[in-house]
Amino acid sequence: MLVAGTMHFQIEGLRANVENKEILKGFDLTIRNGEVHAIMGPNGTGKSTLASVLMGHPKYEVTAGAVTLDGENLLAMSVDERARAGLFLGMQYPSEIPGVTNADFLRSAINARRGEGNEISLMKFIRQLEGKMKELEMNPEFAHRYLNEGFSGGEKKRNEILQLMLLEPRLTILDEIDSGLDIDALRIVADGVNSMRSEDRSFLIITHYQRLLNYIKPDFVHVMMQGRIVRSGGPELAERLENEGYEWLREELGIEIDSEDEAVGQKA
Amino acid sequence: MTSNTLLPVDRQAVTDRSRGAGEPEWLTELRLKGLELAGELELPRLEKTRIDRWNWTSIGLPGEVKRAAGNEGTAELSALLPSEEHRGNALVQRGSAVVHRELADEWKAKGVIFTDLETAAHEHAELVRPYLMKAVAAGEHRLTALHAALWNGGIFLYVPKNVAVEVPLYASFVADAAESVLAPHVLIVAEEGSSVSYVEQYQSSGTTDGEQVVPTVAEVYAASGAHVRYASIHNLGPAVIDVAYRRAVLERDARMEWVVGEMNAGNGISDTTTLLNGNGSSADAKVICVGDGEQRLNLVTRNVHVGKATESDMSMRAVVREAATAIVGGITKIEKGATGANGQQAEKVLMLSPSARGDANPILLIDEDDVKAGHAASVGQVNPEQIFYLMSRGLSREEAERLVIYGFLAPVVAEIPIPELEKQFRQLVERKLGQ
Repeated sequence: MLVAGTMHFQIEGLRANVENKEILKGFDLTIRNGEVHAIMGPNGTGKSTLASVLMGHPKYEVTAGAVTLDGENLLAMSVDERARAGLFLGMQYPSEIPGVTNADFLRSAINARRGEGNEISLMKFIRQLEGKMKELEMNPEFAHRYLNEGFSGGEKKRNEILQLMLLEPRLTILDEIDSGLDIDALRIVADGVNSMRSEDRSFLIITHYQRLLNYIKPDFVHVMMQGRIVRSGGPELAERLENEGYEWLREELGIEIDSEDEAVGQKA
Repeated sequence: MTSNTLLPVDRQAVTDRSRGAGEPEWLTELRLKGLELAGELELPRLEKTRIDRWNWTSIGLPGEVKRAAGNEGTAELSALLPSEEHRGNALVQRGSAVVHRELADEWKAKGVIFTDLETAAHEHAELVRPYLMKAVAAGEHRLTALHAALWNGGIFLYVPKNVAVEVPLYASFVADAAESVLAPHVLIVAEEGSSVSYVEQYQSSGTTDGEQVVPTVAEVYAASGAHVRYASIHNLGPAVIDVAYRRAVLERDARMEWVVGEMNAGNGISDTTTLLNGNGSSADAKVICVGDGEQRLNLVTRNVHVGKATESDMSMRAVVREAATAIVGGITKIEKGATGANGQQAEKVLMLSPSARGDANPILLIDEDDVKAGHAASVGQVNPEQIFYLMSRGLSREEAERLVIYGFLAPVVAEIPIPELEKQFRQLVERKLGQ
């Protein structure tokens, strides 16, 4: 049931393929306003696929299920429409766009959300940009560098959070935003995310490691295996996974490790 | 395409015109020799481009040169200059006629010469003669030979020893009538330790340009330690075949920077070569083109390392849309003895439609062991991951594609040394991209 004024992000029975191989196998999740959900799980269980499918990546084919944001059918929207509806995906591997400066891109993105006739003034934009970059301890020169080109892994992640802070989305999905970050960068990124937490924003945080959740405290923790959620709980679930791994859960659920999962998992 | 080639002019016409313009005898001889060679030589052979199928019949007789500078209307002239402040250091050639020619007293006082080449051949023969058609020889092929016979107007830019010209010198070349052919020859001589930026723009005036071939040659001679920046924007109409042979010869520690934007609407040949003869000389070439419609474009950039510890870099970018074809070649040649040379190159072609064709041909020719050389080449379409990334931030597909394509060309656009011109160039690129 939809409560008036309360954002409600609902995923029901979502199935999706990549190159005819089914990766998401009936995924269900409901996120209410202000909630922070974390999804953990071994590599190769479909976590990143979930993020890409929700954003509308053309490589994936949705075969069944529904995704709604405040009752609106997200799956019927193009990628940019989803973004303008309030969805944001902080990516694990952000693209590099040579020749387009970070500042030009950010201003275009902000204006795309604000719509024609309601563009942000240049002065206001510069003020916001400088303020947020300072919070993220980014060198001001990054505003004038080409978007993500030649950025280190950590710089790219900070730049994702910079976009998050400037675009102020209602639902933020962070796909392994902690990968490749040292502890200082992790703290800065987490502080940036935490500064965005509010009653009317929610977060879906995908991570392989519990460590991120020491900095961004989730309300709910879900474990994903074989393309769906197999266990949900509070932050204590993440701690147990960190200490004991996933084996106990597999045993409880009677899940065989498929060879592909294991291969990818061992690499990580 | 051999002996029975019809030349557009005969000896008598070339002689009459040269003598009529009061050209020195050596120049008349040079033109006649060019004409003779044009009758003997073939068209150049270009990689993957059959230029023998192009319509060359309209290489015509140069019209009468109107010498009186300043007969261009003020408004018309303003439209051809990046801004009013450039009026004092600019030359405008319309068809074969030089209609505006100015250089600020400040630079004249320092011995800088910036005038049309025909005038320079009279007034500064001793500076022109040792260089004219020496880096680019009339005898290379039919087009250089014809150019030698027919060139008109043009530029002579001379910078004396240790003079740094701090403002860009600007030339506007306008193709505006088929009976008055635009065929400028640009000759730049930068003496020891001097520096200068030269910016030129080729354009067609309205719809009156008709079918014609614009055969141009640029020669740059940079003496020891000289630094020359040469930016060239070509924006000629659909019925024009643009032929541009540019060549720089560098002495010890000289530096050459090319920025070339090929934005023509018709077929074109663009050949940009730097000879790094002197030890420690260096060159940087940035060349971009956008092809649309049925355009056939052939672009070659060539860096030839002769001196020791010479360095060169080239970056070529082509965007092709609709049914256009662009063949992009980069040649880095390192001669025996050029120890410590470093030559790098990158060619990238972006194809925006299924019928657009592009080709990138990186070539390294290395005859010395103790060198560095590298190349990168790619031909492809807009990367869908980049589009997804931008759209995921709320940009429409059109806007995302515009940013990616524009970004692909931006490294060259940003190098145009005159801000007003950079803005015009930006608009030109966007128009060519159909945006």
